[in-house]
Amino acid sequence: MATIKRTVEVELSTTGLDAQGRPQRVPLAVAEDGSTVAVAAPPSLEPELEGEHMLINIGPQHPATHGVLRLVLELDGETVVRCIPHIGYLHCGFEKIGEYRQYNQIIPWTDREDYLNSIGNNVAFALNAERLFGIEITERCTVLRVIAMELSRIISHLVWLGTTCIDIGAFTPFLWLFQERENVYALLERWIGARLTTTATRIGGMAADLPNGWTEQLQTFITLFPKTLDEVDRVLTRNGIWVGRTIGLGAMTAEEALNYGLSGAMLRASGVAYDVRKDFPYLDYETYDFDVPVGTNGDVYDRFLVRFEELRQSVRILEQALRRLPDGPVNVDDHRVILPPKSKATSEMESMIHHFKQVMEGPRPPIGEAYVAVESPKGEKGYYMVSDGTSKPVRWRIRPPSFVNLSAIPRMVEGHLLSDVIAINASIDIVMGEIDR
Amino acid sequence: MSPSSSFTPVIPGSGLPAGTPPAATPKKIPHRGGPVNPTVDALRAKFGGAIQRVDVVWGETSVVVERSRVADIVRWLHDDPEQAYVYLSDVTAVEFRDVEQPLEVVWHLRSLAFRRFIRLKALLPKGTPLEVPSVYPIFKSADWMERECFDMFGIKFVGHPDLRRLLMWEGYKEGFPLRKDFPLRGRFSRAEQLRQALAANPEARYSKEELSIADAFEDLPQDMRARLRSGEKTGE
Repeated sequence: MATIKRTVEVELSTTGLDAQGRPQRVPLAVAEDGSTVAVAAPPSLEPELEGEHMLINIGPQHPATHGVLRLVLELDGETVVRCIPHIGYLHCGFEKIGEYRQYNQIIPWTDREDYLNSIGNNVAFALNAERLFGIEITERCTVLRVIAMELSRIISHLVWLGTTCIDIGAFTPFLWLFQERENVYALLERWIGARLTTTATRIGGMAADLPNGWTEQLQTFITLFPKTLDEVDRVLTRNGIWVGRTIGLGAMTAEEALNYGLSGAMLRASGVAYDVRKDFPYLDYETYDFDVPVGTNGDVYDRFLVRFEELRQSVRILEQALRRLPDGPVNVDDHRVILPPKSKATSEMESMIHHFKQVMEGPRPPIGEAYVAVESPKGEKGYYMVSDGTSKPVRWRIRPPSFVNLSAIPRMVEGHLLSDVIAINASIDIVMGEIDR
Repeated sequence: MSPSSSFTPVIPGSGLPAGTPPAATPKKIPHRGGPVNPTVDALRAKFGGAIQRVDVVWGETSVVVERSRVADIVRWLHDDPEQAYVYLSDVTAVEFRDVEQPLEVVWHLRSLAFRRFIRLKALLPKGTPLEVPSVYPIFKSADWMERECFDMFGIKFVGHPDLRRLLMWEGYKEGFPLRKDFPLRGRFSRAEQLRQALAANPEARYSKEELSIADAFEDLPQDMRARLRSGEKTGE
């Protein structure tokens, strides 16, 4: 069959579509009857080198590995035959340190594992600790935490999309998205006082209530943010280069994705509608009206579509949370975990003693254990804590979603080209702080 | 873009009878007791004596099982269509401060179709070999979780095809960091730790297997060849 090879210049401005209307990879070869066919590999120029495999080391110091991931690749020409990942370059023993800290003292450590989702980790940890203490948080605190988690999801997805654009070769969306991320950080800074390492929660409540005028500021953000999303949508979703560099890469079927333990957008792109917010809800997520986007092919392009839609859904949740935000106390009225007000601690003896004991000895949960999972931007983030009745946990286990997602990378990259390894790795949305802990 | 016609998404909760209300945030969970996961009855009927104890703590069902039967039990939970625990959330271990108390290996499993969560535990008393069957043949996701657990606790998962250290490097000599007898600052002094770090040749961090890809063994520095020949693994 005679094929016509289109030039890249033509392909840049138009997207090739197959018979089902799905965008095709570029460059494309088109048969005379108009159908697309694969380009046959050119004859080898150096036949004596055929079958000789090459060892390529990517990372740990490489901008496209999103931190200190190291991949050892066995290449046949440009095709990956085998991939051996190495992690642990950022291991700092968070779980060990947690066994030597009181429950409230662990919260700053949760900022630093998945540092793009620090406020979400704070909330997840507080939920776990409250389960261990048997505390029911207040109505206002529940809604505030939903707002915190969704803002954090927006930040994380914006960074993911921005950096993935850079990895794949698009620069403009990166600037637009990081501008919006800056707006979210401005909101967090006004609320918590910190941008990246928020330490926003306390057991039984939050570090701070919202400042005056904050909800209006958030309202402005959620009015303007979808416009940016539309702009990014316009330049990316049907862009020939973007589609060509992402579609069909690293595809996982639903069964495989479940078996490899993928979660979050990785799992949903493969067609499994598992979202912890819907299926094992927390923070009254079942009362919010939002959709869970599900992909069909499980490739990099579908992961992009799923995450992009999640940004819009987060905006929906934020709108509803703002509408229902009740008045009332943020912290629970439970003297076991909550400090007395500062004015009382400095003027009344009993409150001072209470404050002193609370800070020096720390709250003590009853003997027990709890595994609490939340839907972090990367997937199912679980904390598992075991208490032996003292003020420090016996075991603080982090179930990092990107750790499990990354463990499937050999399955995803083998058979693809070296340049596609970067796109697939970017699509996993890894944060090495969380993987190595 | 039109979705392909043969596609059917996997919907969690699909195994529940029609009319079951959607999942809700649990409220007012009791410390002990409360509804037991219905899987426990099926497990008891199927495995009998291998189910040693069942606790419900903070609303979550923990089942202590005989350690040699773990892989069988997990396989049955995974394969049986009435259970369908198709998602392995976590594999980890717990060591208590009380030295008499056995180590626990913990598996967290989810049944998406029935929206159930179960925790399996195997007890490893001190003084016995720290070995449990691997669930890697059932769940590929157990690969790194079991390797991490081995790395941090020294628990051997029998049947795991590639049980190497994961977070610590292959030549790490201080033991297993998450064990309670491991001091927070490490077993060696700061000076010794620094000396070892400086002595490590960062160029030499390929395993023999990786080097065989490119026949690069002969190109290595003399000292590294000697170390690899003597059996040192540097796969990190």
